Amino acid sequence: MDYKVAYKMPRSLSGKQFTYCPGCHHGIVHRLIAETIDELDLREKTIIVAPVGCSVFAYEFFDIDGTVAPHGRAPAVATGMKRARPDLTIFTYQGDGDLAAIGTAEMIHAANRGELITTIFINNAIYGMTGGQMAPTTLLGMKTTTSPYGRKAEKEGYPVHVCEIIKELQGVAFLARTKVTTPRDVMTTKKYIKKAFQAQLKGLGYSLVEVLSTCPTNWGLSPEKAIKWLEENMTKEFPLGVYVDKVGDAK
Amino acid sequence: MNKIMMKGTEAIGEAAIRAGCRLYFGYPITPQSELTEYMARRLPQVEGTFLQAESEVAAVNMIYGASSVGKRVMTSTSSPGFSLMQEGVSYIACAQLPSVFVNVVRGGPGLGDIQPSQGDYFQATKGGGHGDYKLLVLSPSTVQEAADLTGVAFELADKYRNPVLIFADGLLGQMMEPVSFSDKKVSYDNSSWALIGAKNRPARQVTSFNIDPYGLEKMNLELQKKYKLMEENEIRYETTLTEDADILIVAHGTMGRIAKSVVEMARKDGLKVGLFRPITLYPFPYEALRKSAADVSLVLTVEMSSGQMLEDVRLAIAERTRVEFYGRMAGVVPMPLEIYEVLKQKIGRRS
Repeated sequence: MDYKVAYKMPRSLSGKQFTYCPGCHHGIVHRLIAETIDELDLREKTIIVAPVGCSVFAYEFFDIDGTVAPHGRAPAVATGMKRARPDLTIFTYQGDGDLAAIGTAEMIHAANRGELITTIFINNAIYGMTGGQMAPTTLLGMKTTTSPYGRKAEKEGYPVHVCEIIKELQGVAFLARTKVTTPRDVMTTKKYIKKAFQAQLKGLGYSLVEVLSTCPTNWGLSPEKAIKWLEENMTKEFPLGVYVDKVGDAK
Repeated sequence: MNKIMMKGTEAIGEAAIRAGCRLYFGYPITPQSELTEYMARRLPQVEGTFLQAESEVAAVNMIYGASSVGKRVMTSTSSPGFSLMQEGVSYIACAQLPSVFVNVVRGGPGLGDIQPSQGDYFQATKGGGHGDYKLLVLSPSTVQEAADLTGVAFELADKYRNPVLIFADGLLGQMMEPVSFSDKKVSYDNSSWALIGAKNRPARQVTSFNIDPYGLEKMNLELQKKYKLMEENEIRYETTLTEDADILIVAHGTMGRIAKSVVEMARKDGLKVGLFRPITLYPFPYEALRKSAADVSLVLTVEMSSGQMLEDVRLAIAERTRVEFYGRMAGVVPMPLEIYEVLKQKIGRRS
């Protein structure tokens, strides 16, 4: 009997077992990035810049060259790489604390320069690796270890909306917010990630895909309930969709 | 070789370009902005890349990125800016990324002022950022030496895969002197370790990270082995009239240059004064200094600080010889006559 391969691990993943918790969305997003790199035939010239956070080991999960930047500085590291070797494809993988708190300046200025790099931004409204502290994207009323009575606007300010902030910057070529809670969402996210890489390959400017993600462990919810919580709360605070698209649709 | 009149900062920039540096990332800060501006002007002329970063924090991380893909790269800054870079410098040192930094030191602490100082000696030579690491630190005393040491800095950075710091000050940076440049053909190849794509080889990582303490200790031991090699092979210093000296002045950089005038004054008066000028601040020339000071009765360390190199001088001399200190802080530059007066007082007070 002949068997046809219907589904396999992407070439661009290393095969190393993920260190993520059950129900965490990092794994899904990793796979979508790896599939994209495979499909665009970029594995041999792509460099990952991992962040500090749960995905600090991301560079080990991809079978591509990589480094890990200081907390929040991935867009600056990626800028240095891209300016030195414009022929390479460079992407940063960052969480909400890394990108929207300590690394706000680096992200905004890389976006504003239209830096030819791609950022995959995981927004799960909490600090995962350090154990569930308040993130810049933590929702109002949400309890974390550093907002134990719930985030209050008058004390801690409001959740930071990254896409809405940078969509006005002229250097941004592709910008979208998505989630990976249903198969349809996964397909959409894959499309966005591919477009983000294409924005870089075509020299159009900076690209960023924000993925609303779960953190069952630090949210204190089961994986199933975490998905429900994301759907019911995060999508209301952070509207999904394409914010900037200079790539267009291939005919 | 033709000589041209140039500012110290600009001479460093030109020497970097002659050394094959085609990438510069930096943020404006007095008194070194002329170097940033020089690179902005010159690099496009040689198909290089100049980028003004949004901060020193971003600049040092751009250096990390450019170096990790194997390219010669530099930045320059002044004291508060170099403080901001320390996190990145520590990462760069641990990830073993060759890179050249220029700190045109100004008066501190805090916002301080914009006058020449040597108050960042501890930061330069004892770490500066977190963890066990060392920079190779070069301290030029003339514009020509600044240019020459810039070439050396790029060579050493690649040789040891280590960040190299040129420790200058506002006086050296702003002063114009005739300078000539090396026309030596430059070639370098970092493809054996750089992140240039996993083509026909396994994927490669360049990081400053190992969650396993035994693994991280191994990385640390590798660094320490490298530092030992630097200590064995890279020590540089200059001596002036030390053979018959009875009194030895120790000073580096701009202060070393000023101290030379003190030696001349003293010699005219028949005082046997010599000068020991460390050129590498790390590795510090302990052994050479010990030998130069073997037969003197007084060692006078002169600095534009409260006495930071003084600690290394004392380590070298131990209790064998009397060690005295004179320094001015906050951007006040001691003049030759002023130092000479101090020297004569110290001799007079000898018991």
